[in-house]
Amino acid sequence: MGSETHCSIEAIWRIEAAKIIAALTRRVRDVGLAEELAQDALVAALEQWPRDGVPVNPAAWLMAAAKHRAIDHFRHRALHERKEAELTWEIEAQLADGAPPAPGASLEDPVGDDLLRLVFIACHPVLSREARVALTLRLLGGLTTDEIGRAFLVAEPTVAQRIVRAKRSLAEARVPFEVPEAGELAKRLSSVLEVIYLIFNEGYSATAGDDWTRPELCGEALRLGRILAGLMADEPEVHGLVALMEIQASRLHARLGPDGEPVLLMDQNRARWDRLLIRRGLAALARADALGGAYGPYALQAAIAACHARAADAAQTDWVRIAALYDALAQLTPSPVVELNRAVALAMAFGPAAGLDVVDALADEPALRHYHLLPSVRGDLLQRLGRDAEAAVEFRRAATLTRNLRERNLLLDRARRCAGL
Amino acid sequence: MRFMIIVKATRDSEAGVMPGEKLLAEMGAYHEELARAGVLLDGTGLKPSSAGWRVRYHGKERSVIDGPFTESKELIAGYTLIQVKSREEALEWTRRFPNPVGEGMDAEIEVRQLFELDDFGPSEAVDRMREIGMGTAG
Repeated sequence: MGSETHCSIEAIWRIEAAKIIAALTRRVRDVGLAEELAQDALVAALEQWPRDGVPVNPAAWLMAAAKHRAIDHFRHRALHERKEAELTWEIEAQLADGAPPAPGASLEDPVGDDLLRLVFIACHPVLSREARVALTLRLLGGLTTDEIGRAFLVAEPTVAQRIVRAKRSLAEARVPFEVPEAGELAKRLSSVLEVIYLIFNEGYSATAGDDWTRPELCGEALRLGRILAGLMADEPEVHGLVALMEIQASRLHARLGPDGEPVLLMDQNRARWDRLLIRRGLAALARADALGGAYGPYALQAAIAACHARAADAAQTDWVRIAALYDALAQLTPSPVVELNRAVALAMAFGPAAGLDVVDALADEPALRHYHLLPSVRGDLLQRLGRDAEAAVEFRRAATLTRNLRERNLLLDRARRCAGL
Repeated sequence: MRFMIIVKATRDSEAGVMPGEKLLAEMGAYHEELARAGVLLDGTGLKPSSAGWRVRYHGKERSVIDGPFTESKELIAGYTLIQVKSREEALEWTRRFPNPVGEGMDAEIEVRQLFELDDFGPSEAVDRMREIGMGTAG
């Protein structure tokens, strides 16, 4: 009975945590304090529910408990600082049920509004990328520091420290609890989308460790993306990112061979692609398109993923269209990685030699010096041109650069086969 | 992991009676909450069984039987497909499902977990099912 209640508390917490933290942050104006208060409410639930049973409306119970903790907190502080007593009354009034919402909060939907502001706080550019990722998973995903640590192969105390420091930085920078104004929105939104996509990518191809993918992390990013799409339904790039993640996630299981080894896109059994996710991805892409966002960076990447999703097999893929989409992407967000992908598309559309020209132009690119996919792609093109000995050298070089064990084995295997061993 | 919330048919749903405004609003609000939490995948209502049919297998023969069918408790009136992190989370969400015929009335919904690809062992038959996209995971 006890452990059963524990499981349901955990589940309720996952559903409610972000909403409670967001609502508290609106009132106490400090995300760190809000999270502590919410945690206190969780502890109270863990103490009382196994004894008294789970309340009929657990969300309201947790919210009320957190508010009581908030009032206690300010009372204690007021005892030490008598002169703040008046402020305390004000806060008590604000925390009480039925209090008028803070200025700017939508009357119709304070929860959605609060959540959205919490997203923007957690992904604030004043924080390092790592801190943004950890804080987002913590505040919005309801993940424990231990879970975040395991997902990113970082020691638990490191994650805890990152989160503590992030909360302190936000408090020191006096980051307001608000959705940025129109002028600032695009820049800040791109930080939010970047954080979600970083989480997804870490799940999709783990940068380090023994596993090639961490599907749970993909699921979490997808959930966060879908939440954001609900909160910002008019922003095409949000739908673009969701489309990209849905379509990529549809391939997750086809990317793993029977022994957990990676299977590359061209070799994947397309029958194993998840049709429901593809359908959802194409629908999200259509929404981005309808909102006039067909040429946003995420929508473009989603459109590329959609070309693969629509093709019955690798040979029937519309490579000319993919090459054109990469062209557009390279103009919008020029980067050596995009260029490398464009090379692959060109090779598929117009032959390996066309791709090799682009790859060779990237040879001295400092940003790609330690990027294993450069020699890996070059090796692939050389092999297709029948230059096996050169290809083997490239595959071996790529193997020394990747930190993922599964990928290293795959590359070494290709090198051996090229060398005729 | 994915779960299907199955709403059982009633005499009203079988008679094609459309749900009232209040019930529609409750269902809408609930599904909105699912969508906002990022767990809603799909869902819809099914038309009465009078618009459907069954195929019965007997020996080597098969016969088509037109609806409606009588045992409405065993019929399905709609479904909601969700994707969550744990069985407990699914349980918690389904606890919050509005009474599908209106508060205060007797009704039942059923929740079933979907098979995912990983649940099947390696087998030729399973591979063939995969070829048509069955049991894919997400």
